[in-house]
Amino acid sequence: MEFWLSTIMPGLLTGAVVTVSVTVASLLIAVTLGFGLAVLRQFPRVRLLNFAIDAYVEFFRNIPALSHLFILYFGLAAVGIKITSIPAAIIGLGLIGAAVTCDIYRSGFLALGIGQVEAARAVGMTPVQTIRFILSPQAIRVALPPLGNYALQLMKDTSIVSAIAAPEIMFYARSMVTSSFQTTLIYSSAAMVYLLMSLPLAYAVTRLEHRFGGKANA
Amino acid sequence: MSSLLSVQDLHKSYGNLEVLKGIGFDLSAGEKLALIGPSGSGKSTCLRCVNFLEKPTSGTILLGGDRVGAKAGERPMSNRELAPQRAQMGMVFQGFNLWPHLSVRENVATPVRKVQGESAPVARALAEEMLAKVRMDHKADAMPEQLSGGQQQRVAIARALAQRPKLMLFDEPTSALDPELVGEVLNVIHELADEGRTMLLVTHEIAFARDVADRVMFLYDGLIEEEGPAREVIERPQRDRTKAFLSRMHG
Repeated sequence: MEFWLSTIMPGLLTGAVVTVSVTVASLLIAVTLGFGLAVLRQFPRVRLLNFAIDAYVEFFRNIPALSHLFILYFGLAAVGIKITSIPAAIIGLGLIGAAVTCDIYRSGFLALGIGQVEAARAVGMTPVQTIRFILSPQAIRVALPPLGNYALQLMKDTSIVSAIAAPEIMFYARSMVTSSFQTTLIYSSAAMVYLLMSLPLAYAVTRLEHRFGGKANA
Repeated sequence: MSSLLSVQDLHKSYGNLEVLKGIGFDLSAGEKLALIGPSGSGKSTCLRCVNFLEKPTSGTILLGGDRVGAKAGERPMSNRELAPQRAQMGMVFQGFNLWPHLSVRENVATPVRKVQGESAPVARALAEEMLAKVRMDHKADAMPEQLSGGQQQRVAIARALAQRPKLMLFDEPTSALDPELVGEVLNVIHELADEGRTMLLVTHEIAFARDVADRVMFLYDGLIEEEGPAREVIERPQRDRTKAFLSRMHG
């Protein structure tokens, strides 16, 4: 108990600060960049741009996150571009996340009926105005519950950035196991720390689903 | 030519299916024209071609003498280029198409601000004036989902009126309504007609078309089968297809 209080928990909580920071920062990149990509994807006439966005999404979604992180951290370092582990983790998870949220927002846009666009066109809105004032606010509402789920998933997925030595929860857990051999206690404690963080988030997501779920408008 | 709207040799095809096979008519300022006909006859498509929600396969639309949807040299306009032209025509849809994330007042005022560039107070005042006209000013703060179909359609009419359009387009404005709600919407449209507004109206309400429209055009299979003064066409149709259609509508 003494060891748990004096060493394990402080270590894990230090890691938790990094976990939260990496989650929040990469989430910010993911939700903004993904939204930008999804909005640009709403202009069907610009073929080359659409192709580039689709390529981006497929590239990041169809390669394991760990592989992306290794390229960013070890691969770039080998050619002289050095990014430290936490920024590499944030950029990597953010870029991968943008591909995920881009698809979420796009489903949000797709859930809106053609009548919404037609009404905007009929009053004389330009395509940009239509997206800005009519479609985006509705698409974001539809996207909020799945975005919440994504945030929850992301928080748990930050555990993989320990592989590029970002000092988050699992990184501390593993190094403490190596030095103390308290394997069961430390990993269980790490799991508990994750659970304490994810439960409130999961509750918030459920609330979001109640408020916005299944209310796509025709 | 003094006509406000001129539709000339309008054709529209979807793949191999030719929906409009050459429609032409003129509408002068203040005139009300009703398009009637069986479903599939092309009347809604015709109306939607006027503001280019459907792109005609060929033909010419002139609004106040200006070519709609095409620039010099027949180059088709993009949606961005079409926007100012569409702003001159108010459109009322069968399914209302209110924006669910905006309040009733914002549904009417947002286009006034964003499209016509009016200030927020001016847009708000105009919105309230138009909502009063359709007797929906008491629901200005409500969200669309809180309204009945008839109320939503009246808000949609206010939204179109707030554009201060040259022409109002009604695409089966009562077809999606419960029978007991049809009357309130027709009353509002009737009042607008009495104000001398120019209207193009697609409807299944034959008696309404007779009472409100100056002229009626009966479409059949993508062509104008019969047209003339509203009362005359509806009470004394000349063509067999018109007679058959009208007798079916009257049950």
